Amino acid sequence: MMNNKLLGRSIVIVSALAVLIIISALVYILLDIYIGGKNYLTWGFLTSNPKEGMTAGGIFPAIVGTVLLVLIMSVACVPIGTITAIYLNEYASKTSVFTKMIRFAVNTLSGVPAIVFGLFGLGFFIQFIGAGVDKAIYSDGQLHWGQPNLLWASLTMAFLTIPVVIVSVEEALRTVPDDLRAGALALGATKWQTIRKIVIPNSLSGILTGTILAIGRGAGEVAPILFTGVAYFLPHLPQKLTDQFMNLGYHIYVMATQSTDVEATKGIQYATAFILLILTFSLSFVAMIIRYRFRKKIKA
Amino acid sequence: MQNKKRDSKNSLSRKFRLSEFLAENIIKAVSFTSFAAIILIFAFVFREAAPIFFPQEKKALSSEFQQSETYGEDPADSPKNSLEEYASFHSGASDVASFENLTQKEWQPVGENPKYGLLPLFIGSLKATILAILFGAPLAILAAIYSALFASKRLREIIKPAIELLASFPSVVIGFFALMTIATFFQSVFGFTYRLNAFTGGVAMAFAIIPIIYTVTEDALTAVPKYFSEASLALGATKWQTALFVVMPAATPGIFAALLLGFGRAFGETMILLMATGNAPLSTFNIFEPVRTLSATIGAEMAEVVFGDTHYTVLFFIGALLFVITFIINAIAEFYVRAKLMKRFRGE
Repeated sequence: MMNNKLLGRSIVIVSALAVLIIISALVYILLDIYIGGKNYLTWGFLTSNPKEGMTAGGIFPAIVGTVLLVLIMSVACVPIGTITAIYLNEYASKTSVFTKMIRFAVNTLSGVPAIVFGLFGLGFFIQFIGAGVDKAIYSDGQLHWGQPNLLWASLTMAFLTIPVVIVSVEEALRTVPDDLRAGALALGATKWQTIRKIVIPNSLSGILTGTILAIGRGAGEVAPILFTGVAYFLPHLPQKLTDQFMNLGYHIYVMATQSTDVEATKGIQYATAFILLILTFSLSFVAMIIRYRFRKKIKA
Repeated sequence: MQNKKRDSKNSLSRKFRLSEFLAENIIKAVSFTSFAAIILIFAFVFREAAPIFFPQEKKALSSEFQQSETYGEDPADSPKNSLEEYASFHSGASDVASFENLTQKEWQPVGENPKYGLLPLFIGSLKATILAILFGAPLAILAAIYSALFASKRLREIIKPAIELLASFPSVVIGFFALMTIATFFQSVFGFTYRLNAFTGGVAMAFAIIPIIYTVTEDALTAVPKYFSEASLALGATKWQTALFVVMPAATPGIFAALLLGFGRAFGETMILLMATGNAPLSTFNIFEPVRTLSATIGAEMAEVVFGDTHYTVLFFIGALLFVITFIINAIAEFYVRAKLMKRFRGE
């Protein structure tokens, strides 16, 4: 009996310890990266260009590049994800082959490694579509669209983030009570009217959460853009969709692994990592709060 | 009377509204995107890797003629073709993408006599992934047990989001942390010969898979019907006995799924391994030596290859391999385990 009690208590303690380890690791990473970069974290760091061969100056172009990337990505992935979620939750019959196909595809898509998306972007957008457009429109034999650029990188990233949007919009759609739908239909509204006027307004928070989560994901991933448009250093900000761009995550990767003088740029690396971490961290924090409030509202 | 009723029903349902028709079909068409995406990914990754599957054509024909033949349907422009000719001109006879070439024991893609043996990369991926699972899974599963079965409701509402916030850490940041802090720490504690090695990479990658294993396990544990544990408690079992001998066994398939998903995630992970494993393609099973994984190889080398040459093809082949492997792992996790879980809960 005594032994049993001891065993029971130790299970609780060990499992609580696991929680503690994970959460302290999380806090430690945050602190470590903050301390490493805190001397560089000034307003000027965020708003100035890299100087002296990247060993000084700020990360402004990398921030702009990341923002442009996620904006174009969102324009593509949020509508597609939202509409897919609406189809799956409102129109699709659970047993139809088409629905099963789409569900299967969404699950698969969320499991495809990020680097494979990068290869796909290279093979499909750049080598196939881009090069095809070049051949069809331009006759100068130059590369216009058939090379890595902002648009292709954003679209590649959009494919990666579509499942994120779908999952969170669907969750919101499911919490819209069927009574509301039935009420609207009973008053003579058509299905599309019901969806447009009742279902979507009631699940706006889910669409917002999905967008935020997708942006956080898109801002943090590097592998998909490695060969679809990112550049180590550019003297100008991207002006058009066919320009290459700089990116926070890629900036960290290159500075930390391929820079000629890693020690000299250590502070900049830490500061960049901190900015990126805070960006993705706060985005998912905001998403979490919206979701939490929404759930509370539903329960009440 | 009955006929009349059916008629009126039909006339109601047959009333055609253009806006409704358009809305439904546009929505249906757009939602097809995800499926199309999978097909496209599959098609285009394999398309670039195609010469591996058809090595005969490439060997048989003379270089210039064959290039335009093989890529005849390729809408790619002339610069690409000229690059390919350049590549084929500069590559020796052994620089052919074939299965014999891929089963060599060495990965040495650059040089006089390039070798494209995938074995060291495969071993590297396995080593790093298994280490990540060994470090991450126990922590994640224990944490899930605590928050699902022992923690008070309020505490759970703090723990769960906190651990899930770890998922928002970009892998490049985790890789950076591993490169800067973990590697230095381990080297000073264990005195590693190589600062960056499979062990460091595995520990770093554990951070990336903890959230997914935790979340899926937690879901599996909370999905076990309440009457399971209520019955057990009513029979006089203690809280932890119930947790360990009733809830845990019922949720085993879910935990297994969590492990599989974690494995899939780790196997395809790129940035952490690219930064923290040292990237040397060695075929040893020593976990304290540097490794180069399949995914990191693509990330490191793709930017430097000539479009269309053998190295390029092999990298796409590795991508195809990663796609297929993660696909299979996820499919097993999805179908087999879910079906088993459902069956168990229905008491069949």
